[in-house]
Amino acid sequence: MRAPSGPDVAVGDVLLSVENVSLSFGGVNAVSDVSFDIRKGEIRAIIGPNGAGKTSMLNIINGFYQPQHGRITFKGEMRSKMRPHDAAHGGIARTFQNVALFRGMTALDNIMAGRTLKMHRNFFWQLLRYGPAMTEEVEHRHRVEEIIDFLKIQEIRRTPVGRLPYGLQKRVELGRALAMEPDLLLLDEPMAGMNIEEKEDMSRFVLDVNDHYGTTIALIEHDMGVVMDLSDRVVVLDHGIKIADGTPDEVKSNQGVIDAYLGVAH
Amino acid sequence: MLYREAGQFKTSYAADMAVFPITQDRVGLAIILFIAAVIIPYFGSSFLIQAVMIPFLIFSLAAIGLNLLTGYTGLLSLGTGAFMGVGAYACYKLTTYFPGVNIIVWIVVSGFFSAAVGVVFGLPSLRIKGFYLAVATLAAQFFLSWCFIRQPWFYNYNASGAIEVPSRTLFGIPVTGATASDTTRYFVVLGIVVAMTWLASNLVHGRIGRMWMAVRDMDLAAELIGIQLLPTKLLAFAISSFYCGVAGALLVFMWYGSAEPAVFDVNLSFFILFMVIIGGLGSLTGSFFGAALIFILPIVLRYIPPEFGIPIQSATVDHIQYMVIGALIVLFLIAEPNGLARLWQIGKQKLRVWPFPY
Amino acid sequence: MDILYKVFIDPFMQMGAAPDLLFQTLWDGLVAGVLYSLIALGFVLIFKASGVFNFAQGIMVVFAALTLVGLHEHGIPAYVALAITIVVMFALAVAVEKLVLRPLVNQPDIILFMATFGLTYFLIGFGELVFGGDPKVMIADQLGLPRGAIDIKVAGGFVSLQKIDIAATVIASLMVATLAIFFQKTRIGRALRAVADSHKAALSVGISLEQIWVIVWFAAGLVALATGIMWGARSEVSFALEVIALKALPVLILGGFTSIPGAIVGGVIIGVGEKVGEFYWGPLLGSGIETWLAYVIALVFLLFRPQGLFGEKIIERI
Repeated sequence: MRAPSGPDVAVGDVLLSVENVSLSFGGVNAVSDVSFDIRKGEIRAIIGPNGAGKTSMLNIINGFYQPQHGRITFKGEMRSKMRPHDAAHGGIARTFQNVALFRGMTALDNIMAGRTLKMHRNFFWQLLRYGPAMTEEVEHRHRVEEIIDFLKIQEIRRTPVGRLPYGLQKRVELGRALAMEPDLLLLDEPMAGMNIEEKEDMSRFVLDVNDHYGTTIALIEHDMGVVMDLSDRVVVLDHGIKIADGTPDEVKSNQGVIDAYLGVAH
Repeated sequence: MLYREAGQFKTSYAADMAVFPITQDRVGLAIILFIAAVIIPYFGSSFLIQAVMIPFLIFSLAAIGLNLLTGYTGLLSLGTGAFMGVGAYACYKLTTYFPGVNIIVWIVVSGFFSAAVGVVFGLPSLRIKGFYLAVATLAAQFFLSWCFIRQPWFYNYNASGAIEVPSRTLFGIPVTGATASDTTRYFVVLGIVVAMTWLASNLVHGRIGRMWMAVRDMDLAAELIGIQLLPTKLLAFAISSFYCGVAGALLVFMWYGSAEPAVFDVNLSFFILFMVIIGGLGSLTGSFFGAALIFILPIVLRYIPPEFGIPIQSATVDHIQYMVIGALIVLFLIAEPNGLARLWQIGKQKLRVWPFPY
Repeated sequence: MDILYKVFIDPFMQMGAAPDLLFQTLWDGLVAGVLYSLIALGFVLIFKASGVFNFAQGIMVVFAALTLVGLHEHGIPAYVALAITIVVMFALAVAVEKLVLRPLVNQPDIILFMATFGLTYFLIGFGELVFGGDPKVMIADQLGLPRGAIDIKVAGGFVSLQKIDIAATVIASLMVATLAIFFQKTRIGRALRAVADSHKAALSVGISLEQIWVIVWFAAGLVALATGIMWGARSEVSFALEVIALKALPVLILGGFTSIPGAIVGGVIIGVGEKVGEFYWGPLLGSGIETWLAYVIALVFLLFRPQGLFGEKIIERI
């Protein structure tokens, strides 16, 4: 299932570009003059100590927050004010630190919900259900089952997500994001709260999503081992400012980064 | 042993996604429909039909309407009574101006008026949520109630302030007014309620139901996956009010025969809400259970004690009814917030593995 | 043109033409507003301290008044009946805490809100069952409340101030002041604020939720009793009052759910707004607009300032 693209962006070209973006909340600068880009097909990690502004950055890309300064270019087009559902329609999907699943629904329904923006049968057909609406449901069910197979969550399809263990919930949330067939997938601490085996599983899934579906991935992560293994490039934030940007090896040996993590004052 | 899925394999997604995938459920439904359509009209007493079945069906329809808004979409509404009133008065005015048109048509059309009003009072949901939205719906309730009482146009300038249902026929058989028989009215109500329940079921099992539930469970995440909040919420208001409007029209035209505006007051809104809470938020079958319990309860209270020789006054019945319902609400919210529908599901679950305990 | 005149000019002309009527209307509105604020005050107390939005507050007002009058009807002297009613309100607080609040700890707010609907209807049924559903007269005289009116000459006419209304305003102010001090300065007040913020956090620092809730509901019950007495003295005591109880909701929206001064300001605005609205603009629309005017005002407010005049801004964290 190849991710469909808008204006054609070849592998390696810049998919998303963040330029001089600043965001502050009533005096607190969450993000100050940050610029970086994300290339198509890569896995880009955003790291930094707590409070660095990583989640705020993701929220900006997603459309939850509007930056006061700077601009964002996605798929070659500059974005003006964007709301989350515009971001979704544009091809950006996202998971959350504190799993944002629909607790009243089963795992299957959650992932089917991810197909909403691809479902078009209008209200009248929905009323009838049998006929075109059903055909559409079945067609999307096929896609969703592919994702379920991919993530190996077949047994828990019909389980209400509130009853699932944390690790499985995160997987279902990933499934829902994948169901949107995004160009850019934003993962906010996908490994948080997991043990070693769960982390290995999730890492494998992240790599597979990138390989198999060709999805560009931006992830926030604290586990350095994971970051080094998974990512193609890394950007490091500290107190809202970008302090490093490069391959994992480059970043690892950057003195400024080491200082930031060890808490050495600048 | 009876209620088992063993051997029932689904070979297509369509079969898997059927509303009643288990054969025994389908058989059960068929039996219920048969009882409703054949047994009750032919063997049921006039009392059963007039005082129990017709209003039960009508309140179930209103409960479904409210359930779509509050149970599925998570928007608490205290304006149900008013929306039912809009349907009733719309139907009344329409049939007054166009007496020749089939009354069933007007009953259905009055739903659209209710839907329009519902959308207008649902607009605030763009900016307000939770109990604030509930207060906004109370504004609708009180304003519309006032209209029904104080704006004489609604009741055709009738001196009493009440509306009388004119006699209307369908294929020559009287369906409303004093001459219509219980059975005729029952069939009309049954037909409309069954059809509308089927439509509601279709909606909630598909894309729209998922959109509503997503908005209910976490609206931020719903936006994330591409759902636009305002249109989804307004659709919920529209459909919900449509159902309540039709229920209101049926209430007056097929049951009461006449109505004072006080019928559509805030107490009615609460009673329908209680039906939804007790029956189960987010469950269509729950709407029927809740309506049954809340509606049958006073009847039981009124008629059973005299059978045992305990005299009971009408006013006392009201008081006890309020107490029992109030207590049940608290009880259900504590013990089983998903209402009778969930208890029913648990029961079926037990039945699946019977005679084993689990 | 004519309509514009009728809506925007004429009412003000009327106000100017008979200023004593205007003052009377303003006073009546103020008094009604004070009573609304008292009901709202009970809400705010409970909400501030337990995060529960007690829809039953208005009914508690009626229930308290009904208990008082009902006891007196059975021959119990006024002050004894008052004491017993206070005990009853305490018992009610304990019962509510045990049977409704404790089982629902940590449930979402909307569930607790709905539970108070159940409580409302239960109290209505129970109250009517025990004391009968006919309207009763408040035992104002027996409690020593003043009767009669003071007439003040104003602007060519006069304004009639009922003594009971003056008493109500005074008593209300005292209650508000006491409660405000209580919340801000005392240890228990601090604990109450902690509980309102987070049940879990309060529990973890050793605050006994049960005690706090009983205290708060009892306090709200006392406020309800005082309100019931005042209100009952001005009109009769019956569950028809529940409609008035529902009026407290717009007051809260205007004032903010967590603010004691807000409840007062909100109450006065609604009270005055309603009376003035009804008197000068009511006839244009067909009278009785009091039933919904408060709600529409509240609705308009909600759209522009959802947290009310004094409430805390609601921030959603992602």
